This record gives sequence, structure tokens and C-alpha cells, in this order.
Amino acid sequence: MAEIQALFHGFSVAFTPFNLALMMAGILMGVLIGVLPGLGGANGVAILLPLTFAMANQPGGATSAIILLSCIYWGALFGGAITSILFNIPGEPWSVATTFDGYPMAQQGRAGEALTAAFTSSFVGAFIAVLMITFLAPLVAKFALRFGPREYFAVYLLTFCSFIGMTKSPPSKTLAAMMLGFALAAVGQDSMTGALRMTFDQVVLFKGFDFLIAVIGLFGIGEILITLEEGLAFKGMQGKINMKVVMQTWKQLPKYWKTSIRSSVIGCWMGITPGGATPASFMGYGVAKRMSPNGANFGKGEMEGVVAPETAAHAAGTSALLPMLTLGIPGSPTAAVLLGGLLIWGLQPGPLLFQEKPDFVWGLIASMYLGNIAGLIVVLTTVPLFAAVLRIPFSIVAPVILVICAIGAYTVHNSMFDVWMMLVFGVVGYVFKKLDYPLAPLVLAIVLGDRAEESFRQALLGSGGNLATFFDNALVGSITALALAMLFWGPIKLVFSRLTGR
Amino acid sequence: MDEASDKPAASVRAADLWTAVILFVIGCIVIKDSLRLGAKWGDSGPESGYFPFYIGMLLCASSVANFLLAWFKRRHETFVSKESFKGVVSVFVPTVVYVGLIGGVGPVPGLGIYVASAVFIACFMRLLGKYGWGTTAGVALGVPLAFFLLFEKWFRVPLPKGPLEALLGLA
Repeated sequence: MAEIQALFHGFSVAFTPFNLALMMAGILMGVLIGVLPGLGGANGVAILLPLTFAMANQPGGATSAIILLSCIYWGALFGGAITSILFNIPGEPWSVATTFDGYPMAQQGRAGEALTAAFTSSFVGAFIAVLMITFLAPLVAKFALRFGPREYFAVYLLTFCSFIGMTKSPPSKTLAAMMLGFALAAVGQDSMTGALRMTFDQVVLFKGFDFLIAVIGLFGIGEILITLEEGLAFKGMQGKINMKVVMQTWKQLPKYWKTSIRSSVIGCWMGITPGGATPASFMGYGVAKRMSPNGANFGKGEMEGVVAPETAAHAAGTSALLPMLTLGIPGSPTAAVLLGGLLIWGLQPGPLLFQEKPDFVWGLIASMYLGNIAGLIVVLTTVPLFAAVLRIPFSIVAPVILVICAIGAYTVHNSMFDVWMMLVFGVVGYVFKKLDYPLAPLVLAIVLGDRAEESFRQALLGSGGNLATFFDNALVGSITALALAMLFWGPIKLVFSRLTGR
Repeated sequence: MDEASDKPAASVRAADLWTAVILFVIGCIVIKDSLRLGAKWGDSGPESGYFPFYIGMLLCASSVANFLLAWFKRRHETFVSKESFKGVVSVFVPTVVYVGLIGGVGPVPGLGIYVASAVFIACFMRLLGKYGWGTTAGVALGVPLAFFLLFEKWFRVPLPKGPLEALLGLA
């Protein structure tokens, strides 16, 4: 078992006092980010990314930096549940489904139970996903060594087609958002010929749009504008957790093992194919409602209704790192930001990373185990603290968050133009969100646009312009076919249900 | 919420139609620039505009679909009510002013991020939150100071500074 050995080596890398301290700091910051409106996993990590530049330059520092950032991510995943259950306000999109049963439980005075159930199932989901990463990632990486440009393009195609097939937004809106992302990615210098594209002689546009700015604007500013509109009256339930409640809840949880396993599988699948945590949580909830004997009670404060979406969301959020590490293709906006970090630190994600930087990869994987254990302990003990943060009036929190976003956008390239762009993206985020244009494909298209184009052109160069190259052999052909199946998933499902329904 | 404040400032339909039109125009710009660069198969493979050309085409096509969907669906729900819109504008406009204050606009020099943040937070709390001077001053001075220590001292990430920092010899 080479993986086990590598993993233990990873533990020895991750298990230093400095890294453990970073883990705790990351989790605490992450929960805070997850709790505050307008700051979420993706833009929170994006804002804090520049702080790691200096850290990553030291020997072994990249591992510490990714541990810090990934723990912020785990923390944000945990934190979303707190606001959902206590305040009926999803702190993160993936915790919307948690409000369905979590808030009724809190109203019945069972907030402690709901929180314990949410945190524990988050932990279970993440743990299963990390186990999967541990054993699957090296295999995928080894397999991907055989990938050439056309295989890569096929995988990119699969990524984007699954968005169209899997997101709940209308396909034409998903496509429009995605193409806007690709168009933004194309601005600036063409990486292959050096020609300037869509810059219109504006010097500020020469280096193109940075997706980190887009993330901070779309998710940060846009989110705050939406929050303001709803005129947040933070009237929350009291959330107290003591050991007795935790123990009682833990005794009940094993009953729901089937739901946990189902949700984990859904989550892992949705995380690897870039469905992301949000649809995974809804799917987890929906499937549990249909399959569970208590399904009729869902929505009235059923603990299983908290377990199902939380497990799926965490499993998806965690497994989104698998394609990021092995192929360099992130499965979620937050994974995309982490990928951006890797690139800035001078690490090239992809199959070679496992061979060239085993310390980094296995240190990160080991830190996922440790970080989630630390996360569970931290959230179980600090809920009252974060509930108090939420009681700070919005007219104090909002300007501070806006200041943080501005600082975050500025530090990416030390450029004021970026801060202005952040405002523009903020308006785009606000409008898109209200009109049901999905933001994740837009962000991923900005991140992956250049590389998708590069692999597309290289593949065509190899074949002399013949598109049939994407069906040339079994490997690339099956990926492309799968991509097309995902693209037409909606109609396929419809036909299928008609056929079986009659 | 009373009826008067619930009046729509814009309907979903109008917002949908306008968004589709704007995206269509962006698509056209992309196509136009791709054609300028050359969107065909050149001597050394695909030209610079080859890939973006199709991106622009797909953007235009999907925008047309979105436009038609919105046109025929006739959804008249409120996109944003007047009251909510006022709330959004009352925060967005100060934020724009804030960004202008940081770096300055045109020939006018900026105040730097710390002073601008203090002014922004103070105005926000006084005008929108109706806080007393004490609380306002505490948060408005404390937060930028904390960020100053965090960024300039600990992480050594320099942020934009203005005349005040220059006066204090910190720039």
C-alpha cells in the first residue's frame, strides 16, 4: 500500500506545531467567513491568498500556505450551517438545504441537536471524501500522465458540459454565463501567438482579467447587495451546545447511516464532476426525502433532513479538490481559487505534481484529515461565539466587509483598476444572481478559459484542424461522449422518464 | 411592508431582456475583434481569433435564446422593489465613492486605503446605522488601525497610502 506509506509521510509533514497552529487559525477564520454574509469560501480564500505570498516563498512554505487556505475552506463549509440553523439565513449557498429542517429544529428548542448533527455529518462527509481522495487521486494522477492536449480538452469539455446539464438554472443562461467567462478569459495576450485580443489599446487590459477579482466582486459585493435588499433582521435562536447534547445526538446519528452513505456518494460524485457543493446538498436532501421512512416529516424539523444535505455538501466541497490536484481542473469556485494559489506559488497542478512534489500533495491530504478533526472540535466548542458575531448589527459588519473586499482586490496585483473592476463584477453578481444566471461556470470559465483554448488549439494542430480527433481513440472518445451526454442530460432524462413512466 | 414601498423599480422581465441585450452586444464585440485578429485556419494552425470567435457566437446565440424566453414568458414579478432598490443604492453609491477616495480619480490624489476606510465606515455607521459618535469613532478608527498592523507590519503587504501616512512618516 504505497498510498498508506505516502500518507504517513504526509502526516509527518503536516504535523508540526506551526502547521497545526495554522490549521486552527484557518478553521477559525473560515468559520467566521462562513458566518458573515458577503464573505464565503471562494472570496474569503481569494482575499486571504495574497497574505500567503511571503509564506509560500520559504522552503516548505507552500505546504503551510495550502494548509492555511484549505482549512479556511473547511471552516467556511462548517460555518454555513451555524447561520442556517440559528438564523434561518444560509451563510453559504450550500447550506440553503440545511435551513429546511435545521431552523424548525432550532425553533423547537433543539438547536444544539441540529448543530451537532450538522457538524458531525459535515465531518463524516468530508472524511469519506478525503478517504476517497487518498486512494483515488494517485490512480487518477497516474492515469492522467497519458493525457495529451486532446484528452485535456475533452476533460474541460466534460467539466463545462456537466454545468449545463446539472445546474438548475436554464441551460441557455448557464451557457451565456459560461461564455461570458470565456470571453473575459480571452482578453489580453494570446498565450500562443502573443497577439493582443480585445484590449482596444487600453493598457490596463493587456494582462487580462484576473479571476480572483471576479470572485471577490461576484460573490462578495454581489452577495452584500442582495443581503441588504432583504433588509436583514438578524433574529436568531439561542445556540447552546454542551457535552450532554452532543453525546445524545451522537447516539442517534448512527441510525441514519444509510442516508450518510447515500449523501456521501452523491457528494463525492458531484464534487469530482464539477456540480459543486450547492447542487449536491439539494440532491442529498431530495434523495433522502424520497428514500427515508421519515420522508414525510422532512421540513418539520427532522434530524435526518439536516444530516443529508450537510454530508453531501461537505463530501462535494472536499472531493472538488481531487480533479484540482490530479488534473488541474477545479470542481468548484473555491477549488479554483486554491488552484490559483498553487499557480502563484509556482506549483503546476496536474499529474506530475504527485511525482515532483510528494511532500506538498501528501502534506495537503494529511492536513485534510487533521483539519476536519480540528474543525469538528472547534465548531462544537465555539458556536456561541460565532452566534454572537452574527448579532453585531449589519450597519457595522457591512462596511467592514466592503473594506476587506477592497483590500483583497487591491492586494492581488497592487492595482486600483482591480478594485474598480471588483465593483463592476459586484453589480454583475447581483444581477446574475437575481436572474438565475449561475456564477460558478462563469468563474471556472475565467480560470480555465486560456488553458482550455490552448489544449483545443494544440489538439487541432496535431490533427490538422480535424474535429474528429476528439473521437480518435477509446480514451478521448469516451470522455467526449460522456461530455455530450452531460450536455444533453436534461432531454435525456426527460426521454428516459417518459419511457419508464409508461 | 406596506404597498407603497413594495412598488417595483424594475420587473424580472425587463431585467432579463436588458441582460440578454447587453450580453448579445458583448458577444458581437468578441466576434468583431476575433475577425480582426483572424478567425480562420492560418499558416501555423488556428489564428488568434479562432477560439474566441466561437465563444462570441455561442454568447450571442444563448443571449438570443434568453431574450426570447423572457419575451414570451411574460413574467411580471418584481425584480427589485423601490424600497429595496433604495437600500441597495444607498450602499453601492458610498462604496463607489469609497473606492474613488482610496486611489483618487483623475488628477485628484487619493487619501490612501486606511483614511478612506475610516471615512467610509464612519459615514456608513452615522448615516445608515444612526450610531452615536463614540461607537462610530471606535469602529471607524479601530478597524483601519487593525488592518494597518496586519498588512504593513505583520504580513508586509503594502497597501495604498495617502498624505496622512506621508505626514506621519509611515509611507
